[in-house]
Amino acid sequence: MSFIPGQPVTAVVQRIEILKLRDGDNLILGFSIGGGIDQDPSQNPFSEDKADKGIYVTRVSEGGPAEVAGLRVGDKIMQVNGWDMTMVTHDQARKRLTKKKEDVVRLLISRKSLEEVVRQSMMQR
Amino acid sequence: MDNESQYSGYSYKSSHSRSSRKHRRDRHRSKSRDSSSRGDKSVTIQAPGEPLLDAESTRGDDRDDNWGETTTVVTGTSEHSVSNEDLTRASKELEDSSPLECRRFAGPIVSGVLGLFALLTPLAFLLLPQLLWRDSLEPCGTPCEGLYVSLAFKLLVLLISSWALFLRPSRSTLPRFFVFRCLLMALVFLFVASYWLFYGVRVLEPRERDYRGIVGYAVSLVDALLFIQYLALVLLEVRHLRPAFCLKVVRTTDGASRFYNVGHLSIQRAAVWVLDHYYTDFPVYNPALLNLPKSILSKKMSGFKVYSLGEENSTNNSTGQSRAMIAAAARRRDNSHNEYYYEEAEMDRRVRKRKARLVVAVEEAFTHIKRLQDDEAAASPKHPREVMDPREAAQAIFAPMARAMQKYLRTTRQQPYHSMESIISHLQFCITHNMTPKAFLERYLTPGPTMQYQRENGRGRQWTLVSEEPVTAALRQGLVFSLRRLDFALVVTVTPLPFLNLGEEFIDPKSHKFVMRLQSETSV
Repeated sequence: MSFIPGQPVTAVVQRIEILKLRDGDNLILGFSIGGGIDQDPSQNPFSEDKADKGIYVTRVSEGGPAEVAGLRVGDKIMQVNGWDMTMVTHDQARKRLTKKKEDVVRLLISRKSLEEVVRQSMMQR
Repeated sequence: MDNESQYSGYSYKSSHSRSSRKHRRDRHRSKSRDSSSRGDKSVTIQAPGEPLLDAESTRGDDRDDNWGETTTVVTGTSEHSVSNEDLTRASKELEDSSPLECRRFAGPIVSGVLGLFALLTPLAFLLLPQLLWRDSLEPCGTPCEGLYVSLAFKLLVLLISSWALFLRPSRSTLPRFFVFRCLLMALVFLFVASYWLFYGVRVLEPRERDYRGIVGYAVSLVDALLFIQYLALVLLEVRHLRPAFCLKVVRTTDGASRFYNVGHLSIQRAAVWVLDHYYTDFPVYNPALLNLPKSILSKKMSGFKVYSLGEENSTNNSTGQSRAMIAAAARRRDNSHNEYYYEEAEMDRRVRKRKARLVVAVEEAFTHIKRLQDDEAAASPKHPREVMDPREAAQAIFAPMARAMQKYLRTTRQQPYHSMESIISHLQFCITHNMTPKAFLERYLTPGPTMQYQRENGRGRQWTLVSEEPVTAALRQGLVFSLRRLDFALVVTVTPLPFLNLGEEFIDPKSHKFVMRLQSETSV
């Protein structure tokens, strides 16, 4: 998950599809996010690179749609429904996730363990 | 014989076993009376039958047992401290009785005479024509009077400023002449002499009649003297004020050190400056506080005895032996640092205990007396209390604290500096000025500067300036000189103050802005 400034970001990602749960008038996904380009990246406990200003999953509520779909704490969200999440402010990220007209969000998330699994499987080959 | 040498004094030296040492020595001496017996401090060679030394040092058979008692052995701390006290007292008396030196006053007297001569010269210039050829002088009106007034004021200014700047009792005699002062005195002398010369040739000889010219001549001399005085002011006083060097002063006996900033001085003047500050800054030199207790150091000495087997090369052997002993002692595991640590801790505890007792005793003693207010004496005639003056009051309350004070002074080895008389007079002083017990004790709890213990005498202190450069040389980097007294010395090292490169940075007062560090978490 390293990035070279000016080059496109390459990462191993997993596709996760979350169905929003309707709770009265709200649509909830069941997780919390932290991070953004307007936030302080050094306080992020999940990132490897403490200058990484991406959006990270900080909490996943038990039994919620996110957990059911396979989202884990510490995942970095790269895309939401095709929208890039690596260079957004915190508020923009929240808005992209909570659009009232969408019932389903398709996320691309990257995780450190994913990279290791892929590397190991490539080595075994 | 060789077995005997093992039992000589050193290898069993400890403060407790002196008696057992004596017995061992006696035992061995009784075995070998006709051989050379080596004792601890005295050398007595007993050849069989024939006494070589005088009657006192030969010991017969029956007096062997008393040998230990009649030998002087340096025992422990008590005799040692007494002998140190005697020494310092003797040295102090020595310097007290040194005669008042006339050398101290020679310099000021010479310069005073010269200054007086220079001041009276213009007046002489003015008066001589009047006295000698008054009738043939041209009358001189208003311009002369103006010159008279200015002459008078300039002389007054010269007089006052010379008095203020130069006529001060000198506080030190320097080993060599003070270069700038000599230069200035020579300059003044030269000036005045050349003016007199010209005066004699141009005025007295031809009996000059232009009086205004003579007055102008005198005024020019006074102007020149004023400028010389300005030069003297700059050279002697002002140049030394701006700091240029940093002096590090270390006392050789206990390592007390201070740093001072001085200007451009010669070595001897810097020495005087350092001594001025030594008397007020350095804690007083207490010879009793110096050494590690003998019990710790002596254990290191009791080491190995080196025996040479075979060859007789004596000179090589001694250095080889000592080196071998030192190497062996260094390799041996040595616990004296442990003892030193515990001894220090024990000493601290003892001092603190005595100090606590002293403070309590003094506080309690001070509660026994009270200052009598004026109205109280009249208002309460039915309780007549004995009214005392400060001396009696001090003596009255000294008794309960005397013992605690004496014990405390003895523990901190300060008892030679404070006699009972001095304590009572200090107590009287404190009572008179309404001081609290803590203020009274301030003098005894911390060792003050040497100034505090000086006795008033006009003889002065004798210091020796030791330096590799001539003492009139100016200070420069890396110079080292020392000021020696009888029992200790001050070593002074000179380093120049660093050149300061001061830069500038302007901060706009509006540029102080802050943002919060955000760390929000939103649940979606």
